[in-house]
Amino acid sequence: MISEESRARFEHEVAKYPADQRQSAVMACLAIAQQELGYVSVEAELEIATFLGMAPMAVHEVTTFYNMYNPKPVGKYKLNVCTNLPCQLRDGARALQHLEKKLGISMGQSTADGLFTLQQSECLGACADSPVLLVNDRTMCSFMTHEKLDELVDGLRAAEDKA
Amino acid sequence: MNAQQLLARFEATGVQTCFHDRHLDPQILAGLDGSNWRLKDYEARGGYQALRKILGQDGGEGLTPDQVIAMVKESALRGRGGAGFPTGLKWSFMPRQFPGQKYLVCNSDEGEPGTCKDRDILQFNPHIVIEGMIIAAYAMGITVGYNYIHGEIFQTYDRFEEALREARTAGLLGDRILGSGVNFQLHAAHGFGAYICGEETALLESLEGKKGQPRFKPPFPASFGLYGKPTTVNNTETFAAVPWIIRNGAQAYLQCGKPNNGGTKIYSVSGDVERPGNYEIPMGTPFSVLLELAGGVRAGRQLKAVIPGGSSAPVLPASLMMDCTMDYDSIAKAGSMLGSGAVIVMDDSRCMVKSLQRLSYFYMHESCGQCTPCREGTGWLSRVVDRIETGLGRQSDMDLLDNVAENIQGRTICALGDAAAMPVRAMIKHFRPEFEYHVAHKTCMVPLYV
Repeated sequence: MISEESRARFEHEVAKYPADQRQSAVMACLAIAQQELGYVSVEAELEIATFLGMAPMAVHEVTTFYNMYNPKPVGKYKLNVCTNLPCQLRDGARALQHLEKKLGISMGQSTADGLFTLQQSECLGACADSPVLLVNDRTMCSFMTHEKLDELVDGLRAAEDKA
Repeated sequence: MNAQQLLARFEATGVQTCFHDRHLDPQILAGLDGSNWRLKDYEARGGYQALRKILGQDGGEGLTPDQVIAMVKESALRGRGGAGFPTGLKWSFMPRQFPGQKYLVCNSDEGEPGTCKDRDILQFNPHIVIEGMIIAAYAMGITVGYNYIHGEIFQTYDRFEEALREARTAGLLGDRILGSGVNFQLHAAHGFGAYICGEETALLESLEGKKGQPRFKPPFPASFGLYGKPTTVNNTETFAAVPWIIRNGAQAYLQCGKPNNGGTKIYSVSGDVERPGNYEIPMGTPFSVLLELAGGVRAGRQLKAVIPGGSSAPVLPASLMMDCTMDYDSIAKAGSMLGSGAVIVMDDSRCMVKSLQRLSYFYMHESCGQCTPCREGTGWLSRVVDRIETGLGRQSDMDLLDNVAENIQGRTICALGDAAAMPVRAMIKHFRPEFEYHVAHKTCMVPLYV
C-alpha cells in the first residue's frame, strides 16, 4: 500500500498536467513509489494505474522501459556507477571495480545483508565530476576516489549499525 | 553521522566545474558562486530585466512578439542541444492563430555522454532558464510550459522546483505576469534513465506518460507536439541565452561570436585534461585556447584525439582538431559536429578500440528497440567491436562494421541510429591501423589504458 504522504505527492504531480492528461504524472508517481517502497511492486503499479486512470500494462511498460525503476527489490542503498566513456577516461570503471572488491559482489548483484546493490550505469550527466555514482536515484556523489568510496561504504555500514 | 549527512559530503560543489575564472566573456555562468542561485541574487545580476523590457516595464515601449522573434533570428542563436538549428527560425514555425493550447518544452534531459552543462545552469542559475522560457512563451503566444529534467540529476530537479516556487510567488509566473496581460504556467517534469528521451519527440512521449520512443517526423512538434498540440522544444542553454540577447541586443550577441554562430557557448570538457569542467567562451574561440583553459592534456601527455560534440559526434584526430575553432561551421568542416558542445579529450595512452567498445555498448543499451536497423544494428556493432577488443576479431571485421553502420545510418526514425553509426565509422576511418593491430596481435597498441 502506498502511504498517504506519497499520495499527497502524487496529487502535486498530477496538478501539473491538463485534467484529461493524468497519465503524464506516471513517471513521477512511479519514482515516488520507488522512493517509499525501495522498488516498484506490481501492487504499486496497480495502485498508480487506478489513480491515474491507466491500464496496468501501460504503467508496467513505463516501469520496464526506463533504467532507473527497480522492478524487483534492491539493497537499501543502490549504487549506480557511471562507466561511460568520459568517466572511463577518469577512473569510472576502476571505481566500479573497487566497489566490487570492497563489497564482495559483482555489478548487478546485492550484498547478502541486503544493504547494497551495485550497478553499472550509463551517462549520469556529470562527466566533469568523474568518478561519479548515484545513491538511491536521488543523490549524486562526485569525484569518488577509492578513499572516498571506502568512506562512503564504511560510513553507510556504520550508520546502519547505529540505527 | 547519519546516512544523509554522510552523502552530503560527496556532493559536487561546482567549484571545480563551474566557479572558476577560466570562462571568457561569460553570459550564462557569469558571477555564479553556488550560493547565489535564488531569485533575489538573479535580479541583482540584472535578471528578469529582459522580461520587464519586452513588457514595457523598464520605461520603454516594450517589444511585440514579432520583434522578439526577429531579434532572436538576428542574433544567430542556434540550438544548444546538439542540432544547432536557428532558434528564431524554429520559433517562427509555431502557428500564430492556433485556436487551442500550445506548449513550450525545455529539453533538460542531458544524457549525451560528455555533456554536463545544463546541470550546472539549472543548479546554479535556474532563473535564467525560467526567464528565457517566459520570453519564448510570450514570443510564440504559449501559456503552458514544461521543463523535462534528466532523472539522474534529481537534486537539480528539486532545485528547479524551488526556483519555480520563487518565481510564482513573485508574480513572474502564472496569470497576469508582473501585472501584464501575459499568462504562463511553467512546471518541472523528470525522466528516469533513458538516453533516448533527449530526442525531442521521445521526450514528448515521455511527458505524456509513455515509453520514450521517438515519433516519425513529419509532422514536426510545431504542428503536432505534446498531446498533439503545437509545441516548441528548445534546449536549456538555448533558453538561458535569450535574456542576454534581449537586454544587450542581437548585434552585440552576434558580435561576440562569429557570423552564423552567435554568442557564447558552454563547453563541457571531460576526459584527459587537468581541469575537467564547464567553460563558457565565445563561439569561434580556437580549440587550443579551450584546451588551455581546461589545463591542457593531463600529466603533460600528448593529445591523441577529441570527440568534439558529445559521444555521438565523429572523433577527430589531434592534428585536425588543433586547427578547429569551437563553432558549428568549423567543426562541421573538419568532418564532425559541435553537437552539445561536450568535448571528450583523449591522450596518447588511449586505445581507440576500447573507447569505441564502451560507446558501442552504450548505444546498444539505449536503443529504444523501435526500428530494426538500430535495434539489431547497434547489437552487431557492439558485439563486433567487443570481439576485436577481446582478441577474437577478424581482419574483415572493420569492413563488416562499416557495412553495418551504413545499414543503420539514415534508415531509422530518429538520430540514435546515426549516433551509434557515426562514431564507429569515424574511429575506423581515422584509426584503422589500431583496429588492424588489435586483430593481428590480439592485444592493444597502447597497453597502458585501463
